[in-house]
Amino acid sequence: MINKQVVARGLLGLARGMSSMKWPAFGYARARSLQDVWRLQSEHGDGARLIAGGQTLLATLAFRLSEPTVLIDITQVPELRGVSVEAGTLRIGALTRHAELGRDELIARHAPLLREAVPYIAHPAIRNRGTIGGSLAYADPAAELPACVVALGATLVLASAAGERRVRAEDFFTGLLETALRGGELITAVEVPIATAATRSTIAEVARRSGDYAMAGLAVHLSLGSNGQVAAPRLVYFGVGNGPVLAKAAGAALAGRRLGAESIAAVQAALAGDLDPPSDLHGPPEMKRHLARVLTGRALSRFLPATEVAA
Amino acid sequence: MNDMPTPESIGLSREDLPNSYIGRSVPRPNVPKLVQGRATYTDDVQLPRLVHAAFLRSPHAHARIARIDAAAAMQVPGVVRVFTGADLAKVCDPWVATLDHLKGMKSAPQYPLPLERATWQGEPVVAVVADSRAAAEDGVAALLVEFEPLPAQLDMETALAPGAVVIHPQLGDNLVFTRTAEKGDVAAAMAAAHKVVEATFVTGRHTGVTLEPRSIIADYNRAEGTLTVHHSTQAPHMMQGVFAKQLRLEDGQVRVICKDVGGSFGIKVHVYPDEVAVAAMARILGRPVKFVADRFESFVSDIHARDHRIKGRIAVDADGKILAFDIDDLTGIGPYSVYPRTSAIEGNQVVNLCGGPYDFANYRCTTTVVLQNKTPTCQYRAVGHPIATAVTEGLVDLAAEALGMDPIEIRRRNLIRDDAYPYTSPPGMRFEGLSHHAALDKLLQMVPVDRIRADQAEQRKRGVHRGLGFASFIELTNPSPFMYGIGGARISAQDGATVRMDPDGSVVVMSGVTEQGQGTEGILRQIVAHGVGVPVERVKVITGDTQTTPYGGGTWACRGAGIGGEAALQSAIALKQQILVVAGAMLQAAPDSLDIVMGQVVDRDTGRERMPLAELGRIVYYRGDTLPKDLPRELVQTRHFITKEYPFAFTNGIQASWVEVDTETGMVKLLEHWCVEDCGRVVNPLLVDEQVRGGIVQGLGGALYEHCVYDEQGNLLTTTMADYLVPMSAEMPDMHVGHVETPTKESLLGAKGAGEAGTAGAPAALMNAINDALRPLGARVTEQPFTPARILAALSRI
Ligand SMILES: Cc1cc2nc3c(=O)[nH]c(=O)nc-3n(C[C@H](O)[C@H](O)[C@H](O)COP(=O)(O)OP(=O)(O)OC[C@H]3O[C@@H](n4cnc5c(N)ncnc54)[C@H](O)[C@@H]3O)c2cc1C
Repeated sequence: MINKQVVARGLLGLARGMSSMKWPAFGYARARSLQDVWRLQSEHGDGARLIAGGQTLLATLAFRLSEPTVLIDITQVPELRGVSVEAGTLRIGALTRHAELGRDELIARHAPLLREAVPYIAHPAIRNRGTIGGSLAYADPAAELPACVVALGATLVLASAAGERRVRAEDFFTGLLETALRGGELITAVEVPIATAATRSTIAEVARRSGDYAMAGLAVHLSLGSNGQVAAPRLVYFGVGNGPVLAKAAGAALAGRRLGAESIAAVQAALAGDLDPPSDLHGPPEMKRHLARVLTGRALSRFLPATEVAA
Repeated sequence: MNDMPTPESIGLSREDLPNSYIGRSVPRPNVPKLVQGRATYTDDVQLPRLVHAAFLRSPHAHARIARIDAAAAMQVPGVVRVFTGADLAKVCDPWVATLDHLKGMKSAPQYPLPLERATWQGEPVVAVVADSRAAAEDGVAALLVEFEPLPAQLDMETALAPGAVVIHPQLGDNLVFTRTAEKGDVAAAMAAAHKVVEATFVTGRHTGVTLEPRSIIADYNRAEGTLTVHHSTQAPHMMQGVFAKQLRLEDGQVRVICKDVGGSFGIKVHVYPDEVAVAAMARILGRPVKFVADRFESFVSDIHARDHRIKGRIAVDADGKILAFDIDDLTGIGPYSVYPRTSAIEGNQVVNLCGGPYDFANYRCTTTVVLQNKTPTCQYRAVGHPIATAVTEGLVDLAAEALGMDPIEIRRRNLIRDDAYPYTSPPGMRFEGLSHHAALDKLLQMVPVDRIRADQAEQRKRGVHRGLGFASFIELTNPSPFMYGIGGARISAQDGATVRMDPDGSVVVMSGVTEQGQGTEGILRQIVAHGVGVPVERVKVITGDTQTTPYGGGTWACRGAGIGGEAALQSAIALKQQILVVAGAMLQAAPDSLDIVMGQVVDRDTGRERMPLAELGRIVYYRGDTLPKDLPRELVQTRHFITKEYPFAFTNGIQASWVEVDTETGMVKLLEHWCVEDCGRVVNPLLVDEQVRGGIVQGLGGALYEHCVYDEQGNLLTTTMADYLVPMSAEMPDMHVGHVETPTKESLLGAKGAGEAGTAGAPAALMNAINDALRPLGARVTEQPFTPARILAALSRI
């Protein structure tokens, strides 16, 4: 009758942090500059964790999924703040709160996709605290912002004591809750190529309740010629994989074609090759694939001239 | 028990009760305290020498506890002591949750912490007591417990099959209870019927999610030999008896204090092993021990409910007359029946309530209650009602569909006539007076059916699928001892109230029913203010203390207003009569020529003010020498109330739900919801409406979102508020509430229960609405929750 012997060491042996909802004891330090961050990191080594909005980190600490010795609060680091435009690039500081994304004029003008995404992210109280840097660093596969930055063809600016480097958003997300961030590195900003007159972008998702993580979602970014021809389409799905999924086959099915019922159907068909969703509490992989197809149709139809939508 | 005044004996019709607060939306007295953060929840109670408990809970659905090594845990700073099942068994007896009137029922002895085996994931196995909760959790993390996993019995469908894992070998099998109610000749009726339709329904396992989690502080005082328990509970007196019995104390040695409670919904009326463990640890340590369940623990250890699979058949004749119901219910209740109400009552309620609103002759209903290695289930808001209503109303709609009949028409033809009472239903439920047809008529005044049907047809042309669904229901409230008492449970069906007047003319009422956040204290205050004749502001309400309030059952099964309210009304009226005797002596008037209105003694006929109550109080308490020597002057009265004529006061109602189903995504949008219910006398319309709305939300939550999901190993996957989805305001529809009032004649107040009606009918109305939307597409859902995945599967989209 006995399958195997296992030793459960209180919570540690348990799958999901059983029996704990109180944080472990940890220290707290507030950094006032990047130099401060590097200093604190070298003092505390592996035990240090960055905290920005805390909207994800604090919950995971309560489950004792990790037990850092010190939290380094980066919210007072000026280098990580602000939204600006320089040389055709929109620079969004890592500390930009979700709520700020939703009301910033520059973002509305140059990266409207981000503004459109904000109402889908959690609830107002969380949006007032959560930051874009935190969302990207955590890389939840069902989160909106990782998919948006990939769709926008953005570049992430990463910094560490050793210096700065840039990583394309699509190369940044490397696996389930995994990113290209190295030890001691943080995200300082996101750089987004600014929208042109031909740019079209939108986000669509299905969530069980408003503010929930998506069962399936899609961020689209493309250029639409005056003749209705699509160039450089980037369809990025979320909630259907280990991270944001840039659908290459679907993109190829659309690139260079006129946007219409036919090309949309082709994109939907091509998706089969792009998506391999895991099942989750909401349903099986077939459901996620189905929802992705439905969302694709709904999202792309938004770019059709009004006369063609009626059907 | 004292004689009960009747409306006639006090010379009034029920409707004329003077200067009445009854029937008015008087604000609740405890609201400012609650919203200003000045409530006293159990967790707010600070005691000297307090220590905190945390539990190591079983990571396995079923496992032998091979070894417990506490050495490292004892080294953790702040840890005071570690307790195992064997440690606690020395001072605490196990309990077995069966009821004598549920024939053949069996369950196994349950200890506060198990001795040999853990039988569900989340069962408390070892307790660590420390200076702080954080230290106690550190201690738990340092425990070394070796589990040998055993095969788990998870699926209720195979619980009785050969080869099933018998969870308690001494019981022989996993059968807890089975009962069949039979009336008439179902087989013959089915054979002769014009149409017979059948379906299988599943109601999802869900749980209560109280805002305030289960909380307890137990303090054993060795000097006095007393155990004082601060407890977030619905039933302080019942818990007093439980702690006394399990810890081998006299009832009188135990005091249970329950101040503010942040929601219960039935979750806090049961005996939980971790809570009894806290009392046992306090008994051993001789100091106060606190335990507050965190949200994670709540999901794995609060009772779950409604894990049922029901096969149902309905037979109708060509006119749509219902001939028979044939129902087979199966429910899995976890590894133990829960003490002391037992986990067989929910299934038993399904047997009692199916077909409830309808007049029909042939009935067969079986419930089978089995054990499984999941969190124990027990009574949760509207116990069994949402299940029975979903099955009944689902079948009635299917019959209407088979007949091509309108769902309103089939109900009109079959609902028990409003002049048919008293009426006994096929499973033997006795109804004193219900108002199904009046409620239906009222509902149809509120629901613009023609406009909705026109909109539905119009939208269909555009590929938008909307549906309208109805659900009639009955609800069992004001239970007599027939619910638990006859089964041997020490659960009081009677409740009492003491009402007294103090020298300043203010009034204090002490009641055995309790406040869970639903407004019990508000209605008690209104009733007493009405009964004595004082402004509501002059009445203070005290509940939740076994040492000061009259003995009673507490708050459950919608009895607060009907039982506790009546006891309060009777004692208030008795106090008024007593005051008028004194006033008569002081004013040299016949007591029955006087009355009390808004704190003034007045002439009954003219209303002329004679004396403020404060003046009467001053003389009684400080200048008693000026009163006649033989004048009785006790300005305090106590009355108890219990229903005697009917085992239960049934209420009834009907709900309607209007929804839109996105047939591409499977998402359901709730557009509008209506409920007409009859809870007898409405004491406070605002509170009743909000009870109904809250109940509807809870019903809709269970039908759309809430689900305790297990994997094949018996791991509960939904242990956070991100995974266990409760209904939120953004998704809730506008809800319209209407009333029909058929007061019970068993009491002067005439109130029945109102807290569960919303929950009873909402899932069925929603299911019927979704299926109304899906019908032209040939799809149907009967398995709750109605998730996008299930709706898409029904539509063959996935
Ligand atoms: C109830 C609830 C619902 C939610 N729903 C959604 C939703 O629908 N969609 C969604 O996208 N999100 C949702 N979130 C998450 C929310 O958006 C978080 O705010 C976000 O994911 C994390 O941002 P933060 O600033 O709070 O990060 P924190 O919690 O502070 O940090 C998260 C992680 O990122 C690291 N980190 C933070 N900043 C940086 C940086 N600049 N460089 C490197 N590492 C960094 C931290 O060390 C930590 O590991 C929800 C959260 C809650 C509590």
